[in-house]
Amino acid sequence: MKKAMVNQAECVACGVCEKNCPRKAITIFHGIYAQVNEDLCIGCRKCERVCPASVIQVVQKEVAS
Amino acid sequence: MKKWYEYLWIFSAVYMISGFFNILYAWIGMICFITPLLLSIIGKGKIYCNRYCGRGQLFELLGGRLKLSSNRNIPAFIRSKWFRYGFLAFFMTMFAIMIFSTYLVYNGTNSLKEVVTLLWTIKLPWNWTNTGAVSPWVAQFAFGFYSVMLTSTIFGLITMYFFKPRSWCVYCPMGTMTQGISMLKYRGKVK
Repeated sequence: MKKAMVNQAECVACGVCEKNCPRKAITIFHGIYAQVNEDLCIGCRKCERVCPASVIQVVQKEVAS
Repeated sequence: MKKWYEYLWIFSAVYMISGFFNILYAWIGMICFITPLLLSIIGKGKIYCNRYCGRGQLFELLGGRLKLSSNRNIPAFIRSKWFRYGFLAFFMTMFAIMIFSTYLVYNGTNSLKEVVTLLWTIKLPWNWTNTGAVSPWVAQFAFGFYSVMLTSTIFGLITMYFFKPRSWCVYCPMGTMTQGISMLKYRGKVK
């Protein structure tokens, strides 16, 4: 499964990813960084494309069985 | 259905244009300084950036829908802490100097200078507005404040063109401050 991953140490919490996520899978945690709800994320890369700081990467994740 | 706050880019555009007609409108821009700080102080995080920032929306519109952005990745140093806090410190210093020059006009040391200073160096004569109705310091602050707003808009447009539409948000001094306030407020909750 592909999931979005945020480099939270360098995230500027601007909210562009949150605004563009078609699944509402990404939210801004108290104005500090973006966080991904992996249950909702479909790895579509939209957030990765729009992130002005380029701190989001969509990566392959192991599926917990 | 679009929410009312998704149209705030109109406010930002009208604001920037209004300064060309009457410099005193520059005072309205204080809203963009006070609101984000107040919202983060009361614990709303960066909701101003996330929802209400008209400037951010304007960059999204110009760079996104109107395709005036090359959509490249921003150089990593711009999102680094030292650059963001350094830019904030520089910005605050220039802001303090502007407040001080307003004070010098207020106490009569200097007279009103009808110029808008671009990029802290280029002085543009801006003397077509009649500012006689207000105290000279009120007009001086308007010139200084509009200089700050115009300069930062130019920075934003340049980085929008070279990188992603909302590249300004990466090093926006207001954003750095509101994120800093949120970090202090919620430091216990951070993972």
